Amino acid sequence: MLELWGVLRRPSSVFALGTLVLAGFAAGVIFWGGFNTALELTNTEKFCTGCHEMKDNVFAELKSTIHFTNRSGVRATCPDCHVPHNWTDKIARKMQASKEVWGKIFGTIDTREKFQDHRLELAAHEWARFKANDSLECRNCHSADSMDITKQSPRASVAHQRFLFTGEKTCIDCHKGIAHHLPDMRGVPGWQ
Amino acid sequence: MLKRSGIVLLALAIAAGTGSLTAQTVTSGLRGPTPLNDEGPAPPMLPNRNTSEKESRNYPEQPPVIPHSIDGYQIDLNSNKCLSCHARSRTSESQAPMVSITHFMDRDGQFLASISPRRFFCTECHVPQNTATPPVSNDFTDIDTLLSRASPGGRR
Repeated sequence: MLELWGVLRRPSSVFALGTLVLAGFAAGVIFWGGFNTALELTNTEKFCTGCHEMKDNVFAELKSTIHFTNRSGVRATCPDCHVPHNWTDKIARKMQASKEVWGKIFGTIDTREKFQDHRLELAAHEWARFKANDSLECRNCHSADSMDITKQSPRASVAHQRFLFTGEKTCIDCHKGIAHHLPDMRGVPGWQ
Repeated sequence: MLKRSGIVLLALAIAAGTGSLTAQTVTSGLRGPTPLNDEGPAPPMLPNRNTSEKESRNYPEQPPVIPHSIDGYQIDLNSNKCLSCHARSRTSESQAPMVSITHFMDRDGQFLASISPRRFFCTECHVPQNTATPPVSNDFTDIDTLLSRASPGGRR
């Protein structure tokens, strides 16, 4: 161990400085590129629905909603809502997701029944995250500034003016369960 | 000989009759010109009325119709999206009409603290309205119109 430290500390007597710099640069490109490619690969609908836990439960439920199929053909895929787009936040969320790998290995929600039992807890995590970041993932597409309330139904227009534009509420406060089925909502504020 | 020509004539008449029947298109108000043995194209789906304006009831017992879109509203064992606006405690914020007090009654007429389970599934009675023009007209006359037609001095 100490010997390795010694080798690392001493200037190289074999390789030229130029070789070392170039090799380091090439290794850096490969490492960083590979890292980002892996990050992108794990950020796709295909990757998420590779597990039957996602495919048979939440993805199946998404299919009947407007975020999956709609008149203009724009689809929100899993990471659009569930992974922050900003780099540092994304890495933080990816590190949190190691818990999900644990869950996958030990089969925490590997049956429909187990998933239903955990549903409120899982949903509560996402609601808390949306509430904490002011529904950032919603606002990546739906901006309050570009919302034309004259094109909305009277009901939606009034609600957005009263609660969204004043900052009194954030998207997730009212729009729960728009992309997946809701858990047992007893005890959740605003629900019966 | 006479008998045989009679059979031939009959056969010809039947053939002519069936031929004209199959060629005939029956145009009915609901089906349109689609032949009876074919399925016509489905009419386009029209959006629901979404005015959020209260509509008058045709008779006092009529469950009020829903004047807004309810696409994707979940009403099941887990949750009831309608109640997140129409529940008693939610109406001040939502300004939506409160669920009628009759919905708090159990089948013995006793008032419960919240919606009775038998009245939980809103869309069993309350439905949104489509913008399509009905293919069949309706001559329903409401009670006020009937009463105003009654002869003066008649029993009301």
